[in-house]
Amino acid sequence: MEVLGKSLLELKALVDEKKIKTEEIFHYFLQRIKKYDPKLKAFMTVVDRDRSGLPIAVKDNYCTKSVRTTASSKVLDDYLPQYESTVTEKLWKNGFSLLGKTNMDAWAHGASTETSDYMLTKNPWDLTRYPGGSSGGSAAALSAYLTPAAMGSDTGGSIRHPAAWCGVVGLKPTYGRVSRYGLISMGSSFDCPGPMTLTVKDNAYLLGLLAGKDRFDATTTNTAIPDYVKNLDTPQRFIIGLAESYFENVDNEIKSRLNQTITVLKKLGHQIKPVKILSPKYAISVYTVLQRSEVSSNLSRYDGVRYANGRHFFGAEAKRRTMLGTYSLSYGYYDAFYKRAQKVRTLVINNFLAIFRDVDLIIGPNTPVTALKIGEFEKYPFFGEIMDALNEPASVAGIPAISLPIGLDRQGLPIGMQIMGNYFREDLILNLAHQFEQETEFFGVIKKGIERYQ
Amino acid sequence: MIDYQPVIGLEVHVELKTKSKMFCQCAANYFGKPPNTNTCPVCLGLPGALPVPNQKAIEWTVLIGRALNCHINLVSKFDRKHYFYPDLAKGYQISQYDEPIATKGWLKIKNQISNIKVTDQKSKREQEHRVRINRVHLEEDTGKLVHQSSNTLVDFNRSGVPLVEIVTEPDFTSADEVKVFLEELHTIIRYLGVSDADMEKGTMRMEPNISLKIDQRSNIKDQNDKSKIKTDSLPNYKVEVKNINSFRFVKQAIEYELKRQEEILEKGQTPVQETRGFDEKRQVTYPQRTKEQAHDYRYFPEPDIPPLHFAKDYIEQIQSQLPELPEAKLDRFVNELGLRYGDAFILTREKATADYFEAVLKILGNQGKVAPQQTANLLINKKISSRLDPQDFVKKAMQLLFPQTTDIVQLTSVVKTIIASNPKVVADYNSGKKNAIMYLVGQVMREMKGQVEVKLVIEKLKQKLTYRN
Repeated sequence: MEVLGKSLLELKALVDEKKIKTEEIFHYFLQRIKKYDPKLKAFMTVVDRDRSGLPIAVKDNYCTKSVRTTASSKVLDDYLPQYESTVTEKLWKNGFSLLGKTNMDAWAHGASTETSDYMLTKNPWDLTRYPGGSSGGSAAALSAYLTPAAMGSDTGGSIRHPAAWCGVVGLKPTYGRVSRYGLISMGSSFDCPGPMTLTVKDNAYLLGLLAGKDRFDATTTNTAIPDYVKNLDTPQRFIIGLAESYFENVDNEIKSRLNQTITVLKKLGHQIKPVKILSPKYAISVYTVLQRSEVSSNLSRYDGVRYANGRHFFGAEAKRRTMLGTYSLSYGYYDAFYKRAQKVRTLVINNFLAIFRDVDLIIGPNTPVTALKIGEFEKYPFFGEIMDALNEPASVAGIPAISLPIGLDRQGLPIGMQIMGNYFREDLILNLAHQFEQETEFFGVIKKGIERYQ
Repeated sequence: MIDYQPVIGLEVHVELKTKSKMFCQCAANYFGKPPNTNTCPVCLGLPGALPVPNQKAIEWTVLIGRALNCHINLVSKFDRKHYFYPDLAKGYQISQYDEPIATKGWLKIKNQISNIKVTDQKSKREQEHRVRINRVHLEEDTGKLVHQSSNTLVDFNRSGVPLVEIVTEPDFTSADEVKVFLEELHTIIRYLGVSDADMEKGTMRMEPNISLKIDQRSNIKDQNDKSKIKTDSLPNYKVEVKNINSFRFVKQAIEYELKRQEEILEKGQTPVQETRGFDEKRQVTYPQRTKEQAHDYRYFPEPDIPPLHFAKDYIEQIQSQLPELPEAKLDRFVNELGLRYGDAFILTREKATADYFEAVLKILGNQGKVAPQQTANLLINKKISSRLDPQDFVKKAMQLLFPQTTDIVQLTSVVKTIIASNPKVVADYNSGKKNAIMYLVGQVMREMKGQVEVKLVIEKLKQKLTYRN
């Protein structure tokens, strides 16, 4: 049985039809990890404790009971959670088994995995390049087919950014759609757990399993959960918004690829409509102030009393963020920073709500450049913010957004596109993404990525 | 010589006796449990754990707010209050900052303890004054540090227990006023049934803020014109005394502080703004730490908990659960039942006592012969135990208040007759079957138509039977 390149749902079908056993699938992926991960460094921990389900890789900031969970920070070096996150609990209850925990930027602070206190994950398309981040381990493992699916988390682009750079499908659901319980908090009002997959259908399937109200997360809601997979069978025609402000400072090759995609979407019968969205630069400022504030608060529990290592084990990025957040929340500065940022956040939200009265979805690029060379980080102060400039508006508003591969650049690196939707309209996003996938097969990007790792 | 006017405000913490903790499912009752056994990821503040607010605790805070005549904010929220301390699991306490559940209330108190016996309504009014309540908010309790020789251990069993903070305006001018207020507040909290408010267990904790300012009253003719004083500016320092666990100690701590501060002011210095502890044995306060300014706490809205939006009818529905409060009950006992003020006061200190009293009155009401004051006397003077069922209390009361009168001559004659007409029973008794006497008792009781106590009948019978022998 040839497993290579099979999507999650294809594997599931084979298991259901008893054509293959999950043990064999597990064995297959464990072999691949053994073979390729020493170079890619996608996994923090490889787990082989239960082969009864379909394998899935999980970012190392999800608490997994009795399985080392570090958020790639040495502060939690030997931390074994005593409880299971809601997301992973749902996975194990729905026929999945843990394959491993993936590397990330420490505490999810970054867009490269470079701030991981352990190692830098390599981009499977070019080992001299960043995979993006912070869910870089999950994206790289998926792209090289070391796992058939992975969980990431997105605070300001941490799913969508590495999905774009590694050429896979990554969805950031609506804030509150998927429970954060057991996901190590970064920016609490932004954090969104989400699936990273090889196909849109796999993504829809996982979202369906994970969405919903959780009594352990007060920010989840009772909003009805559509049948995301079934919804894909009926292609809908959409009015799609396109904002000029999202093309500023974007690489020309990405622009031209996106134009090609727009041609495809038009051909599929969708209407493209120019819309005026607040410049992403406002969202970046809002995001930076609020996220740093929340980070400074969320990291204060690691005070050296209870966990493996003390505060001096925090890396430079965590310290920088804590300093900036502490400053923003300080007396005399709160009004100028935190409070003002909250006001602008409301403006960003209202702006999106107004636009979604006129259009069903918004498309645009999601990274200004394709994967950068390792070391280029130093050239960009606020590297993460620049890389995530186009991702942060959706995070600030809490709306859902997906990243899809739409081709390769001249250097053979994946290019991503973002589709944003209104609150809880993941169904529309997935519907359009699926149509695009059916029409183009992502211009062969995902397939080519896997084929590099035979 | 300058006269100083005490300026005293209070912070009172009350642990709610909800079933579960404030943000998790652990039991709120942590007493007597082995250390760190009443915990979960949420109250331990483990990575990834999230708080989900306890609806009952919110409801009870609204209830307390209404009992203290507060305005209930229709929109409220939780905030994070940051500070580092080993008993604080998350590095911040979830509390409420600028949008507490309840604000701007008041509680009426009598100015002097000695005046509670004043019966004349007019002079009583004059002795009352309103203490303004600044706010009532909800937060979580911390863990506890346990010091063992040179080690300090942390027990998180208490971490996350719902804690209501009641803050007054600086409206007190004496330790006695504070004590009266605290006793009234304690009574109210217990009436509401939301907390045991047990000071020994630490479920009610009090922190007075104390300072002195130059007395302006000497320039004001009407000494009772408190409003004039309130508009004056507050002193430029305040001293907070923490961890006091009895009303008496609060009074002692305040009195000590007032004296200490006056001595410093007399020297032309300003007392240090700080937090002090109270040494119960030596009855002195001692410095703990210089007060952290509020702005060091870096408050910001708790992102894990959406803001609370209360519907008006939700507030009304909670308000409808308010029982008759001690003040109103006391007035009713005095005005409608005609009780002496002091007695009504005693009877209304615990809701259970007042309820018992009224249950007894209700039963007595059918008999119409006993005045409420008579009943109050029996209860207060413990002539009859209040542990009895109210029905039995009433029976005893009737016996005590209306003792049976027995015609001794008739009894003697009846006893004689019964003994004479029951020779066999008498013989049985004399042969050692002492129980046989009960038959004779029954016969005598019947002849006497119940107008005699059994004890007396037995006594008389024994006397006669012995005599015959």
